[in-house]
Amino acid sequence: MIIRQAGMPAIEAFRLDMREWLEASCPASMRKPFLPGEEVWGGRRRTFPSDDARVWFERCVERGYTVPAWPREYGGAGMTRQESRVLDEEMRALGCRSPLVSFGIWMLAPVLFEFASDDQKTEHLPPIGRGEIRWCQGYSEPGSGSDLASLSTRAVRHGDHYVVDGAKVWTSHADQSDWMFCLVRTDSDGPKHDGISFLLIDMTTPGITTRPIPLISGSSPFCETRFDGVRVPAGNLVGREGGGWQIAKKLLEHERSIISVMRDRAPEEAETLPAMLRRTGDPSLRDRVIQAELDFVCNRLTLERSAEAAKAGRSPGAASSMFKLYGTELNKRRKELRVELAGYQGIGWDGPGFEPAELQITREWLRSRANSIEGGTTEIQLNIIAKRVLGLPD
Amino acid sequence: MARFELTPEQDELQRAARGFAVRRLPVAHLRGLRDAREPLRLSREIWREMAQLGWAGIAIDEAHGGAGLGLVELGVVMEELGRTLAPTPLLATSVIGAAALAAGDEALRQAYLPAIAAGERLLALAFEEGRRFAPYTCRTTARRAPSGEGWIVDGDKTFVLDGVAADALIVVAREWGEPDDRDGLVLLVVDGSAAGVEVQPLGMVDSRGTARVRLAGVAVPDGNVLGAPGGGAELLDRLLARATAALTAEMLGAADAVFHTTIEYLKQRHQFGVAIGSFQALKHRAAHMYCELELTRSVVRAALVAVETGAADADILVSAAKARASDVFVLVSGEAVQMHGGIGVTDDLDVGFYYKRARVTDLMFGSAAYHRDRFARLQGY
Repeated sequence: MIIRQAGMPAIEAFRLDMREWLEASCPASMRKPFLPGEEVWGGRRRTFPSDDARVWFERCVERGYTVPAWPREYGGAGMTRQESRVLDEEMRALGCRSPLVSFGIWMLAPVLFEFASDDQKTEHLPPIGRGEIRWCQGYSEPGSGSDLASLSTRAVRHGDHYVVDGAKVWTSHADQSDWMFCLVRTDSDGPKHDGISFLLIDMTTPGITTRPIPLISGSSPFCETRFDGVRVPAGNLVGREGGGWQIAKKLLEHERSIISVMRDRAPEEAETLPAMLRRTGDPSLRDRVIQAELDFVCNRLTLERSAEAAKAGRSPGAASSMFKLYGTELNKRRKELRVELAGYQGIGWDGPGFEPAELQITREWLRSRANSIEGGTTEIQLNIIAKRVLGLPD
Repeated sequence: MARFELTPEQDELQRAARGFAVRRLPVAHLRGLRDAREPLRLSREIWREMAQLGWAGIAIDEAHGGAGLGLVELGVVMEELGRTLAPTPLLATSVIGAAALAAGDEALRQAYLPAIAAGERLLALAFEEGRRFAPYTCRTTARRAPSGEGWIVDGDKTFVLDGVAADALIVVAREWGEPDDRDGLVLLVVDGSAAGVEVQPLGMVDSRGTARVRLAGVAVPDGNVLGAPGGGAELLDRLLARATAALTAEMLGAADAVFHTTIEYLKQRHQFGVAIGSFQALKHRAAHMYCELELTRSVVRAALVAVETGAADADILVSAAKARASDVFVLVSGEAVQMHGGIGVTDDLDVGFYYKRARVTDLMFGSAAYHRDRFARLQGY
């Protein structure tokens, strides 16, 4: 029973409402950190790892709590920023899982709110918030990685359609996704940044093929997606033709913040580094474990400091590159250390002789190598910091 | 509660301290003290100005003439003084000395605290005896005087910060036990002019005032003992936690300043017809240092707040902050020398002063290696 006091500030009464609702609505099994593969991604082909996950998802969707700060007309709960922060704090306090993990919410929606037409917002935002449509990102190409602006997937205007030809790589989960937000070249003359447009593409359109790309870790979250004469309605252009680069950059800043936060909130590892060190007792690795733990603390504190600054109205801007860079480099170091601590049991690939947790050590180590490449390499982040934060010349 | 954001008052304090350091205590001040072989290695006149601004007694309670603020505010000022490597008594007198005296009886507090706040009395903590940080390693003895009144202190102390300038010393001595025991320590206030106190300046690489102190049969009255009976180590731990956290703020300020000096140099220095800051080999190192500095800023602030509020993880955060501040100050000042090229190794340039100070501050209150080890031991591994 939660007691409300007369004269309590509205926000504290709101906090109690949220706590009460969460305690009543969030199933006990949803109050534990994710294990790998337990995230709910939504989409037309959405699946749930358990009935509890479905119930938790549906209860949040019903109240707009997957996107609490969005306006009600777009499927949100219409909360103020402060209220949405309170909900987030209460969810963390109870250990509630994110009911929906979504590139649509994290990456696309912020730029739709800023750049899209009212019709586009009405069409796309509600299904994103409700987890009905899953989005993937079409940025990198076989010939355009770090030099993203050199991309060459072409979109040629024919009447009320664009015809798209080309290929995208590292389109995460493209094979599971319903729509793609995609950077295309609408003009090959003039400066390369000015000929790029931001296009929304329905993945069921004829002419699109996707193929998973197996990674060194054995999993294949990334895909190659090919476009052969794909007809996309001109109304799916976000912003103006040739204005895509500005949107792309904005979106990348969101992506970088997210990658670093995801690292911070990643599924809890079975055994901490100090625990592994105590168990295996290898004194030669102690100093590196300490350094990794110490840097982890400092990184977490820096994310906290940045969140505080954001609340005070100072967004990190280009400094978000630091979180991407540091979070991923640190994660690589930590995964590598786990392998070293586990010894022979940390380099098994499959089959008998290895516990599932041991095989996970191997796979996570290999998967972590992609962290400092996806979403802009470490070297690109260093370039961005040097240029845009420190003002060093080209 | 915000943990990292400065309050409007702290923000104002920061701006005032920054302005004062630039105006009154630029690196040229330290250089001048060195070149003049000024024995105190600090200016009592400038310290009195700082006292008038309320900084000498910033963390002393108002009943004893102070501003009644805390370690976080001391950290704000330390960081700004660090930017110009300002040699002031703030660390030894206001961070450590005032907190030590606050643990004395009321007569002792009355005798010292208002005078500290007024900038009239300087203190120094005499605890080190060996080659490196070892707070409980103490062969200096405190014995009951044969008369039954007071104490007799004998021993040798080294690396005493502000030891030459200090009017009184906080001496760590052993009442009983073996030389490395944590138990059996006692902290006493020893007047600098007492018979048997001999202070010898140590010429350190950072040009700061540091001394060796010899105590031979020094008589100390009963009222000059600090802290609860048998609680010497506990008080010493508390003083060192404050001192270490405050020092990391100074180190952060110094590292940040020499980093920005270097960035400006990279923009302005031309070779091969272009600014050297356009070379990716230097850009990436600069961006890397920026990240390291930002992480240090977070943990330094967290440590100051944790010590001030008595948080359960305060000791862990202090060690994390010191390990990081040491590493980053050594890294950034070393890169500053390298990136300045030939002039970077000349005495004309201030950069060398930062590089030297980095090495000294690393060793003060425990090196990076010491604190990494402590960070782990405190967490059971």
